Amino acid sequence: MPRPSHLDFDQVVASGVSRSYGRRRALRHVSLCCRGGEIVGLVGPNGAGKSTLLGVLSTLAEPSFGEVRYGKWTARGAGTRLRAQIGFLSHELQLYPELTARENLAFFAGMYGLDKVDARVEAALETAALSDRADDVVEGFSRGMRQRLALERALLHTPRLVLLDEPFTGLDESAVAALMHRLSLLRTDGRIVLVVTHDLDTVDGLLDRALMLRHGRIRELPATGTLRERYRVEVQEASSKLGGVSA
Amino acid sequence: MTRFLQVVWLVVRKDLRVESRNKEMLVTTLFFAVSCVMVFAFAFVRGGRAVDGAAAGVLWIAVAFAGTLALGRAFERERYQDALRGLLLAPVDRPAIYLGKLSGLLLLLAVVELVVVLMVALMFQAPLFEHPFRMLALLALGTLGFASVGTLFSAMLVRTRSRAVLLPVLLYPVTIPVLIMGVSGTNVLWQPEPDLAMVQLWTSLLLFFDAVFLTLALWTFEPVMTE
Repeated sequence: MPRPSHLDFDQVVASGVSRSYGRRRALRHVSLCCRGGEIVGLVGPNGAGKSTLLGVLSTLAEPSFGEVRYGKWTARGAGTRLRAQIGFLSHELQLYPELTARENLAFFAGMYGLDKVDARVEAALETAALSDRADDVVEGFSRGMRQRLALERALLHTPRLVLLDEPFTGLDESAVAALMHRLSLLRTDGRIVLVVTHDLDTVDGLLDRALMLRHGRIRELPATGTLRERYRVEVQEASSKLGGVSA
Repeated sequence: MTRFLQVVWLVVRKDLRVESRNKEMLVTTLFFAVSCVMVFAFAFVRGGRAVDGAAAGVLWIAVAFAGTLALGRAFERERYQDALRGLLLAPVDRPAIYLGKLSGLLLLLAVVELVVVLMVALMFQAPLFEHPFRMLALLALGTLGFASVGTLFSAMLVRTRSRAVLLPVLLYPVTIPVLIMGVSGTNVLWQPEPDLAMVQLWTSLLLFFDAVFLTLALWTFEPVMTE
């Protein structure tokens, strides 16, 4: 298949994705579909494979088995242009602490080959409520400020697929509200948003669907009840099936 | 091609900017290289005369050790806060990232070598200015060969726990030919009556090794960086 000059897609489909690290299997036959205009939550205990799944979906890691399709494209088939449509905020914030907020954003804007860099950077700084600290080095920022900056870095190129790993970490109440509003706007804009989180109460009501990943296997949580209740029921069911293995 | 070079420049500029703020690599490598030359000067210079051939060896040992120190740090700053993943996610040809990191490292080593070469010339009475361009070619090609392999290994090992131990273990066996050619060429060049044909031979061999190393590194960087 020839490589596209401009690439876009309206859904991401993972089919039977497994990923092993040596003898340890982090993901086991994971299949999921995320569509444009929906926010999907990915929950699960520590070590369940959530970050590994984000790594695979972001094209940073290749699945050991199975494949991920971005619309009609695979990561291998689409090449580097696919990465222009992926925004990834990982738990580690992927910022350079010695650079200022403005320099960090400008650097990544350059790496993504964006036009109107100054205007985009200014807008991102304003959205992150960091305009007054734009020329301060990131080293001196609080976790919440870094988190806001990292989120803007991940969204700077208006990606189609937005992958967020624990985006609420370190945010105060107003910043959480601002992020929730931001995610709602991304949904309205037709973006595909996948959020990994432990903040079940925070995202309850925001998510269109919730998936649970446990021991490398994925299941969709039922639609009724609060997210915490649904999560608890699912964990209990899974534990009883496994003969009482704790969550 | 323009985009490729633009990415190389972006990475170099970013690294230089970071280095200008913390001066971490420059200070440590320079301090280490200068100390190295000083210690060897006390050992190999007797009564104002250097042991025959010692100057070339000391120069390249200082370059290799300081280079290893710099290589160890080159991807360390990308590891912090997982910035490397941010780089790898960008829609760019990954060899451009490699070339950017390599170029930044070469600039740093050029500063270190400037000081080290002058120190060696001073302490070992090496005829540095007899054939300055041949000396420059030997140094530049030797450093390029050493750093091109080192940058690839440094990137490969960035996610491993014992990278500080593994880097020299992997690096030196592969780059020994480059160091030997550098020492041999410099040694011939710093003789009272240098055999310029031999110097030319060593320089050509270095050029050949550089071409091989650089090609292999550019070719393997993408698969090496895919998890």
